[in-house]
Amino acid sequence: MKQKFHIIESSCVPLPLENVDTDQIIPARFLKATTRDERYFGENLFRDWRFRPDGSPEPGFVLNDPRYHGDILVAGRNFGSGSSREHAAWALAGYGFKVVISSFFADIHKQNELNNFVLPVVVSEDFLQELFATIAADPSAKVRVDVPAQTVSNLATGRSESFELNAYKKYCLMNALDDIDYLVMQKDQTETYEKTRNHAL
Amino acid sequence: MNTLFDKMWDAHVVQHVKDGPDQLYVDRLYCHEVTSPQAFDGLRARGLRCFRPERIVCMPDHNTPTHDQDKPIEDPVSRKQVETLAANAAEFGLTHYGMMDPRNGIIHVVGPERGLSLPGMTIVCGDSHTSTHGAVGAIAFGIGTSEVEMVMASQCILQPKPRSMRIRIEGTPGPGVTAKDLALYLMQQLTTSGATGHFVEYAGSAVRGLSMEGRLTLCNLSIEMGARGGFVAPDEVTFAYLKDKEFAPKGEAWDRAVAYWRTLRSGDDAIFDREVSFDAADIAPMITYGTNPGMGMPIDGTVPADAAPKSLQYMGFQPGERLLGKPVDYVFLGACTNGRIEDFRAFASVVQGRKKAPGVVAWLVPGSWEVQRQIVAEGLDRVLAEAGFAIRQPGCSACLGMNDDKVPAGKYCLATSNRNFEGRQGPGARTLLASPLTVAAAAVTGVITDPRSL
Ligand code: SF4
Repeated sequence: MKQKFHIIESSCVPLPLENVDTDQIIPARFLKATTRDERYFGENLFRDWRFRPDGSPEPGFVLNDPRYHGDILVAGRNFGSGSSREHAAWALAGYGFKVVISSFFADIHKQNELNNFVLPVVVSEDFLQELFATIAADPSAKVRVDVPAQTVSNLATGRSESFELNAYKKYCLMNALDDIDYLVMQKDQTETYEKTRNHAL
Repeated sequence: MNTLFDKMWDAHVVQHVKDGPDQLYVDRLYCHEVTSPQAFDGLRARGLRCFRPERIVCMPDHNTPTHDQDKPIEDPVSRKQVETLAANAAEFGLTHYGMMDPRNGIIHVVGPERGLSLPGMTIVCGDSHTSTHGAVGAIAFGIGTSEVEMVMASQCILQPKPRSMRIRIEGTPGPGVTAKDLALYLMQQLTTSGATGHFVEYAGSAVRGLSMEGRLTLCNLSIEMGARGGFVAPDEVTFAYLKDKEFAPKGEAWDRAVAYWRTLRSGDDAIFDREVSFDAADIAPMITYGTNPGMGMPIDGTVPADAAPKSLQYMGFQPGERLLGKPVDYVFLGACTNGRIEDFRAFASVVQGRKKAPGVVAWLVPGSWEVQRQIVAEGLDRVLAEAGFAIRQPGCSACLGMNDDKVPAGKYCLATSNRNFEGRQGPGARTLLASPLTVAAAAVTGVITDPRSL
């Protein structure tokens, strides 16, 4: 959802698994939708882990555990690998996550999150493991993500790290502007490029 | 610096966004039915038209059934996606090769074979295997649906410039070792995140020695190493392949294009962010045993002792076990990885004079109608029929559990596709990835077989 990002302070949902691929985030059969209703994708986030084949919730899965909730998903290394489906980012956004914290993101998925107003925050493996331990000890433990300062803090331990976010994306996130809004404004430059570039292309 | 990647990228930069990514011009946008509807919806919501409709080509492939394509699609959801693409293409004035159109097929097979993908281009599609088109010597990469909308609206995309990486494979591969085996080997060596953030240039004599079909297979799998894309610098093999293709330049324009394409190579002083080299002689026919394409091994090897237990449990394998001799239930020849004419030639060369193993279900699916026509023109259809194999109609088929071709839970499928993730071929399906030769060997023996032994 297009929204202005500033400071997010929230409890977290932990998913301490590595290599979570986009097929797990949103299985291929949900790609058949021809609309972009984030709520629909959110309802099916982690579908096959979250629900049993008969449709009843899988009590062992973290999204069904009432102790865990919040705007922040904390996931193991290499989150979002596999298929480039943007539906994975819609599902995260539709479920209500604003931030995903991991020690490593697959490239395309990271871009997809940024384009859909879900902020991927890359932290050190150490920070991540400490955060998992903090949440395990106290499910209501809070994390603070300060977008203007580009810092992420584990409020229980006081540990803080800065994260990368390019200035352009930061500007867009803080002003609720997306890339298309921006590019459409650049039409004249694009036409100039078309006229002046190498003609063998 | 001074890599071919730099040259091609820089030639497409419209402007550098201040403190941001590059605004990159896109020469070709491909759209399929799965990742485009929301982009068209977005354009409508913003009241925009496509900025350069002539640069956009659409075709359905994921949902098309591989039988009875002359009849309406039975599954209502699939039918709706396919019809939505046709309606959107008509509304926005875009080229569309619908089901049964003689040019239809999997986008990544059709683009190169029609000369829609050319050297030096920037090519994008809402599909991770867009990297395939890099084989013609282009910058080709998969994008998300917001980015598809972005390209439709502006013919540009905002991208930070990826890092460059060169992977050399030198020497001559041994018998039974195909482009697919090279790719599976690279993934096993580098892991599925080994090239993340990089654009890969494949080089070295083993890569030069590949046909265009082989290069397409290799580049197809770039994404499975985490790379943004991969390409092979264009050379005589490329030019011979593209000459006289429907949308390739003709006459004088062809000569001009080739003169330019010959300049598309990395400088001798090129500096890559990362370089790795491998020796083709170390590579055997490969097979995967786990649930990501990096979990591969030589076909006569044993499942590693330290393999992820969750994966092995899903696959029903034990650490230390050999896979040779294990029964397979399904074989699948096809997908944008290995659905081209050379793959059918390879498969036919193994099954010729043999018979399909009883009990094995075989799906042989050409990547496009053009491939299908070539199969018939070369008489491969007769060879395959005599061995007991039928050919299906083109599409993505059993590469992903989205159309009718699904592998039942618990069944083993030896497949030429590119992904063996849990549930990829259907809930509970167990996928093993291998080359067309290896798949053919199992198709006639009913068990996992070293193609070198036949
Ligand atoms: S064949 Fe498979 S990998 Fe290729 S485009 Fe179709 S679904 Fe994707």
